Amino acid sequence: MTYSFELPLLALLILTAAGAIIVKELISAVLILGAYSFFLALVWAWLGAADVAFVEAVVGAGLATVFFLLTLSQTSPEDTRIRRPPPPLIAVIALPLLGLLLLYAANDLPAFGDPTSPASVHVSPHYIENSLADTRTPNVVTSVLMDYRVLDTLIETVVVFTSGIACWLLLRRDPE
Amino acid sequence: MIESPFGSVIVRRTASLLVSLVQLFALYVLFFGQYGPGGGFVAGVMIAASLVFGLLVFGENSATAQRATRLLAGDGVGLLLFVAVGGLCLIGGGEFLNYSQAPIPGLDSAARRYLGILLTQVGVALDVAVAAVSIVYSLSRSVAAGKTDA
Repeated sequence: MTYSFELPLLALLILTAAGAIIVKELISAVLILGAYSFFLALVWAWLGAADVAFVEAVVGAGLATVFFLLTLSQTSPEDTRIRRPPPPLIAVIALPLLGLLLLYAANDLPAFGDPTSPASVHVSPHYIENSLADTRTPNVVTSVLMDYRVLDTLIETVVVFTSGIACWLLLRRDPE
Repeated sequence: MIESPFGSVIVRRTASLLVSLVQLFALYVLFFGQYGPGGGFVAGVMIAASLVFGLLVFGENSATAQRATRLLAGDGVGLLLFVAVGGLCLIGGGEFLNYSQAPIPGLDSAARRYLGILLTQVGVALDVAVAAVSIVYSLSRSVAAGKTDA
């Protein structure tokens, strides 16, 4: 397994994530966050999750950036610079320890693409084997989202609808 | 912010090409989501992104912006289409959203499921597109109102 593509991508991800936190101007932070989303979309595509890569590229790098910029354009210029006090001592000690704990726990996760992992032996084989015969849909992601698990998708659609309505009611002020 | 169109010729020319291309690709993603990557959610977000892109570049009085405003009238239609497909399955004697029971003559169970997936995806795409455009509008309109106050 070669790492010629993964390692630069990981470095870019960490670099943009750190840059979005460190940079002083909020607008720069928003734009760097857009770049971070784009690199994350490349990671999803590299892992074979093309559907997720699509959503990450369009929502994370595109629409969310526009939302942030529109929100920032409402604030006055002196609000968009960040003053950061130094982090408290407890955070400096506790957060690296938490990171080490998470890395230790990650050892117990099944390997990437492991066919005997619990997620791959429960209901996934049934979906993969029967999707084409049941629904004439070769893309198993679509048939799971829209047929086998369609109630979840219905509730998600309700959530999206509610969020649109809520933003309209809370934020919109008519020009007159 | 949005009412003043962006000045550069390069940006306007690129945008006038890209807006329609992105919309075409969104339709492709929507109707080929059963064969390749993509589906209702991505297609809706892409339609919304193309409209918002045109709105940002050409301003609020352009044709793209008017199309976006007209899209807002369809708020809830997508969700209604989704639930209507589910109700159709109830009428056919099955469970809610069990597409194989939808009362459509001349189709076998798999074809009914195929049709149900397609229709609900159109519903999701409409719902997501309207929601994203309405969020952008509510943010930008309050910008305009804040400016008249100041």
